Amino acid sequence: MMDRYTWPQTIGIYACILVFLTFILLPFFEMFMASLRPLEHLFRAPYQFWSDDFSFGAYSRMWDTVPLLGRYIFNSVFIATAVTAITMVFVVPAAYAYARLDFPFKNASLAIFLGVNMFTGAVLLIPLYRVLRSLGLLNTYWAMIVPGVAFLIPTGIWLLRSYLEKIPRELEEAAYVDGATRMYTLRRVVLPLAVPGLIVVGSSVFIGAYAQQFLFAITFNQTRAYQPLPAGLFEFIGYQSVTWNEMMAAALTGVLPVMLIFLFLQKYLVAGLTAGAIKE
Amino acid sequence: MTDITAKAVSTRRAVSLSEGWFAWALIAPAMLFIGVIVAWPLAETVRLSFTDARLGGENWVGFKNYQDLWASARFFDTIGRTFFWMALSVSLKLVFGLIGATLLNAAVPGRGLFRVLVMPPWVIPVAIGCIGWLWLYNGYFGLLSGVAQRVGLTDGPYEFLAYRTSAFYSAIVTDVWVGTPMVTLFFLAAMQGVSRELYEAAWVDGANRWYRFRRITIPQIMPVIVSMALLSAIWTFNSFEIIWILTEGGPRGATTTLIVDTYKVAISSQRFGEGAARAVVIVMLLAVFSLIYLFFLNKVNKIYGVK
Repeated sequence: MMDRYTWPQTIGIYACILVFLTFILLPFFEMFMASLRPLEHLFRAPYQFWSDDFSFGAYSRMWDTVPLLGRYIFNSVFIATAVTAITMVFVVPAAYAYARLDFPFKNASLAIFLGVNMFTGAVLLIPLYRVLRSLGLLNTYWAMIVPGVAFLIPTGIWLLRSYLEKIPRELEEAAYVDGATRMYTLRRVVLPLAVPGLIVVGSSVFIGAYAQQFLFAITFNQTRAYQPLPAGLFEFIGYQSVTWNEMMAAALTGVLPVMLIFLFLQKYLVAGLTAGAIKE
Repeated sequence: MTDITAKAVSTRRAVSLSEGWFAWALIAPAMLFIGVIVAWPLAETVRLSFTDARLGGENWVGFKNYQDLWASARFFDTIGRTFFWMALSVSLKLVFGLIGATLLNAAVPGRGLFRVLVMPPWVIPVAIGCIGWLWLYNGYFGLLSGVAQRVGLTDGPYEFLAYRTSAFYSAIVTDVWVGTPMVTLFFLAAMQGVSRELYEAAWVDGANRWYRFRRITIPQIMPVIVSMALLSAIWTFNSFEIIWILTEGGPRGATTTLIVDTYKVAISSQRFGEGAARAVVIVMLLAVFSLIYLFFLNKVNKIYGVK
């Protein structure tokens, strides 16, 4: 009863949702439309919404125009995967400690981790550049992976911690009673129970890693063959004759991997991300 | 049952001596990594800010970089612009996020789908979204200018990114676009966490929707609103890619925020020392801002009875 809307109200709500979603989806719509237009049509004024010469040609020609496109997409996925794997190795033990154990400087050290969120890479680029240069990592995949991991560890710890806190303690305590060591309990009792949480946090980290590559790539990597998609495409924007329709096609194709992951896991991702926002 | 629990508790106590060590062993790898990649560079940034470091070498120059900044009217313009950028963008994100979350929380068919459709700007790389906006803002071939001409708002093509004022507000719109989904998502989650009984009690007493929204929803989700405001403020302050891709800080500096200015000086012109001084100013401004904000947050939490 309380939730029932009158007809005008329902129509009003849908109209507002439509406006809201138009704002959110407009760039995607525009990119898609641009990718369908033949180049000579793209530069035709005045602007036309619709025309009968739409084609998917750009989606096949883009592989020739941007010869490294496949490589860029691979790089993006590869870097994001490596960042995710390494981040999780650091995050899992730390998140467990914050979720379960009492120890000196617990809150202070957690605050330090979360403080990292206050900086973007941009503030630290100069010395990071030097660190990476002295380690000989400039212009390699590592130049993009290493800083990426550092800036995702705090979020990862935060997300996984709130997940682990929800796993009942009793099972672990039973394992202690049976004489299991702490490490054994962590590996054999906690981790198997935490698999859904690990997947959620892992995919969030992956999406983050996919999204943050641009800055590190344009700053720490000059090797074209290692460039991730955003940086690879950005390079093309500077050219005199940008084949915009193919650019748009390439950009849309390049976000497919991460969009697919999101679509498959969206329900869990949303719940996992907002776990801290809801009162227990 | 109680027996086992008691035993478990005593077992836990017996090993509690080593609990601290075990915990720190688990945290140490992450802490070390952050130390090398974030903390040490941060310290190094502070040191560099007192030098004239360039590619060639560096000399200690004391506070010269800071004095130069202090004497530069342009730098203070940049600070002012950055805070204006942050205040406007964050306010819009919060307002849009609140409206969006309220809409998506409404019990209408299809809301599950709408909730998914809100997220793409957050999912895809910011840089890719910006390429789409770049095209939208294009005066000759972009949709916005095209529609404006059709409707008769403008006589000819309008290049959104070519003029100082319009470039600034265009960049804000894109920044709001990037940040709104996350804010919406958190507000929505908070709204769903509000107990139904509160609404039912108010409804029985004859409170209308607007009243329930003002007197129940807003106070109940206030802690989330306040903490999201701080988070988005920090993100917006540090926002780099959007401006860099849309305008590279132009035209004539109109979209140069502190972070863009730092990047231009430090990386584009490779004046590391001067760039480091700017980075230190950013960190200090953010720290002061956050402290003031957290002080305020504590008060809000007390008012709304959150521990």
